[in-house]
Amino acid sequence: MSTVAAGLSTLDRLDRLARRDTVVHRVDPRAKVVTTFVFILCVVSFDRYEVLALLPFVLFPVVLASEGGIPFGFLGRILLVVSPFALLVGAFNPWFDREVVAQFGGLELSGGWVSYASIVLRFLLTTAAALVLTATTSFNGVCLALEKLRVPDVFVTQLLLLYRYIFVLGEETLRLSQARRLRSFGGRGMGLRVYTQMLGQLLLRTVARAQRIYLAMKCRGFDGQVRMAKRLHFGAADLVFVLGWSAAFALFRIVDVPQWLGRLVTGVAG
Amino acid sequence: MSHHTISVRGLGFVYPDGTRALEGVSFEVGHGEAIAVVGANGAGKSTLLLHLNGLLSPSEGSIDIGGVPVTKGTLPEIRRTVGMVFQDPDDQLFMPTVAEDVGFGPMNLGLPPEGVEARVAEALARVEAAHLRERPPYHLSGGEKRAVAIATVLAMEPNILVMDEPSSGLDPKARRRVIGLLASFAHTRILATHDLDLAAELCERTIVMSGGRVAADGPTAEIFADDVLLEAGGLERPLGMQGCPVCRTK
Ligand SMILES: Nc1ncnc2c1ncn2[C@@H]1O[C@H](COP(=O)(O)OP(=O)(O)OP(=O)(O)O)[C@@H](O)[C@H]1O
Ligand SMILES: [Mg+2]
Repeated sequence: MSTVAAGLSTLDRLDRLARRDTVVHRVDPRAKVVTTFVFILCVVSFDRYEVLALLPFVLFPVVLASEGGIPFGFLGRILLVVSPFALLVGAFNPWFDREVVAQFGGLELSGGWVSYASIVLRFLLTTAAALVLTATTSFNGVCLALEKLRVPDVFVTQLLLLYRYIFVLGEETLRLSQARRLRSFGGRGMGLRVYTQMLGQLLLRTVARAQRIYLAMKCRGFDGQVRMAKRLHFGAADLVFVLGWSAAFALFRIVDVPQWLGRLVTGVAG
Repeated sequence: MSHHTISVRGLGFVYPDGTRALEGVSFEVGHGEAIAVVGANGAGKSTLLLHLNGLLSPSEGSIDIGGVPVTKGTLPEIRRTVGMVFQDPDDQLFMPTVAEDVGFGPMNLGLPPEGVEARVAEALARVEAAHLRERPPYHLSGGEKRAVAIATVLAMEPNILVMDEPSSGLDPKARRRVIGLLASFAHTRILATHDLDLAAELCERTIVMSGGRVAADGPTAEIFADDVLLEAGGLERPLGMQGCPVCRTK
């Protein structure tokens, strides 16, 4: 269950990073949300066999992370933890799609492998962008932006409460597993039977706790909608941010930049 | 609701699982009075307090706040009048930063952003927690959490303050600060507590609960001098009223 502790501390670190003050942090949350959305749209809209043309998109998360002071090691570790998911999703492609699409010397490359690589790359790109967005805007900031962008309240409130609930659930899990560890000696009491009982406990405890939190919210006039106080200011710089990046994404999407560069280089050389 | 009074008549409550937590509880609280509710674990203190702003509704009997009966229709008004500080501050703090948490209530009252900000600043200053504004509440110490939880309620500017165990889990200095803070309020106050010294210091009147009933209701000094009554309520004289254990004088 130490993975729970790790997960919580990751979320916590994201929150702390988001409280910094850098050029990227100062960009209006709406600008960042919209730009990330355009980014994701462009990335997922590529042909399924595309790999090289996706590479220029790495620029967006990399630039934002380095300007926003988000350590690459931290991002890399999260990507590593979530990547098995992507690796599984595409794992059957090489199996089904055996048509050869390229040859390197004696080595034949089937379409399945190419589309597999493409899926994994896309997953990494979009996840990295979403992470960098949260790490420079905060989860709250993202919700605030969504609210101001007229995403329905129900949806935004759900997201906010879900986020809070993750912490409640995580903390209860930690407390419960700590209580067990303190009283189980030499591995006794750590078996599966206790484990399933603990899961039931965990559910009841989080429900009871969520109920108390809900009562506290009702005491303070909660009526199903979380209102956020922050005023946002969308300035010229924010507009430049959105338009600049979107133009870059459009370019990357339409022109195959790596191929074009390659031709330029060979053209010059030849 | 110009008079911040509380009137509880024949209150009884049974939890959904069949546990009878309150039975025939009646008392009146006058404007500006500070009252301690004491009693052993499970005596029904928290259950009683949850009724005062309509978080639980009575199985029997009724409650009036400032002459207004607590019913479904009057709940919004009642909750603006009665501010409630919970036993566990972790239950009360749920927003990502202290400032947003304290601002949550005022936002729901429909105040404009400047109004919300003013209330947040004032409430945090009141509990000497202004420096915590941007911190996430779940990373504060117990005493800091308690201070912020009190601020979240103060920001609503309630007329009546209801607190469940305001001094539990605090170190002596933090406890002192909370006592000083509570003493500075002119609100009508109801405090459920095991800290009889706190009760003796802040409240002129004490209600002793036992097994869901009111075992005694009277001036704090008299109640705490009555050893038979305290014993029956599972309580002990506050240290401040016990003789010195070393020199055995009173
Ligand atoms: N949610 C619940 N469901 C069922 N029974 C409950 C619930 N909450 C409390 N009780 C029971 O109601 C009775 C009164 O509990 P209450 O929490 O009011 O006591 P208390 O005086 O606040 O105790 P403490 O000093 O320990 O906080 C107890 O017997 C308790 O077991
Ligand atoms: Mg209690």
